Amino acid sequence: MKIMVAIKRVVDYAVKIRIKSDKTGVETSNVKMSMNPFCEIALEEALKIKESKLASEVIAVSIGPAQCVDTLRTGLAMGADRAIHVDAPATLFPLSIAKILKALVDVEKPELLILGKQAIDDDCNQTGQMVAGLLNWPQGTFASKVVLDKEKNVATVDREVDGGLETLCLDLPAVITTDLRLNQPRYATLPNIMKAKSKPIKKMTPEELKVEMRSDMEILHVKEPQKRKAGVILSSVDELIDKLKNEAHVI
Amino acid sequence: LGTLIIAEHEGGSLSGTSLSSIEAASKLLCKDDNSLSLLLAGTGPSLQEAATNAASCHPCISQVLVADSDKFKHTLAEPWAKLIHLVQQKHEYSHIVTASSSFGKNILPRAAALLDVSPITDVIEISEPRTFVRPIYAGNALCTIRYTGSNPCMLTIRSTSFPASASPDSKTNAAPIHQVDLSSFGEEGSCRFVKQSSQESERPDLGSARVVITGGRALKSAENFKIVEKLAEKLGAAVGATRAAVDAGYVPNELQVGQTGKIVAPQLYMAFGVSGAIQHIAGMRDSKVIVAVNKDADAPIFQVADYGLVGDLFDIIPELIEKLPEKK
Repeated sequence: MKIMVAIKRVVDYAVKIRIKSDKTGVETSNVKMSMNPFCEIALEEALKIKESKLASEVIAVSIGPAQCVDTLRTGLAMGADRAIHVDAPATLFPLSIAKILKALVDVEKPELLILGKQAIDDDCNQTGQMVAGLLNWPQGTFASKVVLDKEKNVATVDREVDGGLETLCLDLPAVITTDLRLNQPRYATLPNIMKAKSKPIKKMTPEELKVEMRSDMEILHVKEPQKRKAGVILSSVDELIDKLKNEAHVI
Repeated sequence: LGTLIIAEHEGGSLSGTSLSSIEAASKLLCKDDNSLSLLLAGTGPSLQEAATNAASCHPCISQVLVADSDKFKHTLAEPWAKLIHLVQQKHEYSHIVTASSSFGKNILPRAAALLDVSPITDVIEISEPRTFVRPIYAGNALCTIRYTGSNPCMLTIRSTSFPASASPDSKTNAAPIHQVDLSSFGEEGSCRFVKQSSQESERPDLGSARVVITGGRALKSAENFKIVEKLAEKLGAAVGATRAAVDAGYVPNELQVGQTGKIVAPQLYMAFGVSGAIQHIAGMRDSKVIVAVNKDADAPIFQVADYGLVGDLFDIIPELIEKLPEKK
């Protein structure tokens, strides 16, 4: 069975972001870009499934401008077998991404599509659910544990929900989105980085996939949130209790 | 036209997050578009009881739609998305709103895809009926976005940004309750509920508590974490934890406060042994009063705290427990 993993290139999680002076967005040129951390977890899970002999091939896909190829190379160095880059503008919203992913699934016919639960740039948390809806596949979102049973052709998924953990049983094919505690992604080793250079990356366009892209959203402006004033450092518990009681009136 | 609110219920009542959704939806009301419908699904007497309660929970509610079927016994995304699709086909709402709870985040985008709509998730401000503010980059930037697509405009709202107003008791004009016709609903799904495990707790819910006491990695063990719970008990507070404390296994995942855990905005937030990672701040920055206790005077948490104490939490928490007044 094949597993497809969707990968997004985002501003590295350790970078302190800067808002563009014209307030149209966040500065991404000359900023360190990396694979979205949740996508790393998605890829790691796919690789682990393949290593336990439950899958034969892991395909990494990324949708966006030319530089996404760098991110896909990282995925190949981690262990993906091959990659597909869909050349598209960086400004796509999740509905268009979901449509492109659906089209790729129709071509590649994987039995599992794994995505990060959200990207750390736009924090949308939508794409996995949307592509599952378009494919009419069951979805296991916010997964912290995935167990495949090939005989029964199901995936059992523990999900992190507000009240604790929920366990679902999904018929394959299915969509899974990953939460933080699912696994610890591996680092690419130097030999694997070298090997990844010869792995194939296929280039496609939304037109080839017959996906019509539409923008239903207009970003009016992006600005910084109001800063909290740093407060005061107190010297004792008594002083703290006094402040909470008589100044902040919260106890 | 009008707005459809997708609500959650438990034990015969609407969830607190659903009351926030109603609060948000009431901001969408305008002269020509002033109906609010509430959709509830589930099965059995507790659903009907929730519907009765919902019908008189807010003066703006104009009708309650009830989908009663075993298919909705658990909040699975597949039948729920289909249900929203079905209800939208029939009533053609201009807006569909739900909370950014794990329920709303799971089902709304799926339903939006079925309707070929781009949803807007985690809205913190409604500027105009089609213009919204939502945080991006873990709340380090706020994006104002206008929906230009066709109907419906689909939103999830961050509950802490739309605190439910004290419910005016207006039982005299309860809204009508209608059952959703599910005769065309179709076959069983490809997803089955297995189980739900949660920690039973006497303490208030983390998402809506007035006071939250959070412990970080500095607590060092699950055993030590009990001291945080003891302080919370004294204050009638909910207990939270950082991602590091959850990952280390001191407490279960549902206590995590932060970008990927719960977003909280209590009156008082007290952080013990929390360094103040950006992901954690994203989950609590809207708290009214923030107190931080940390050994490290340079910990970033002090930059957002109203009151800081530099010192050992193992000395400070017992002293607080001793000296704080009993809660009323």
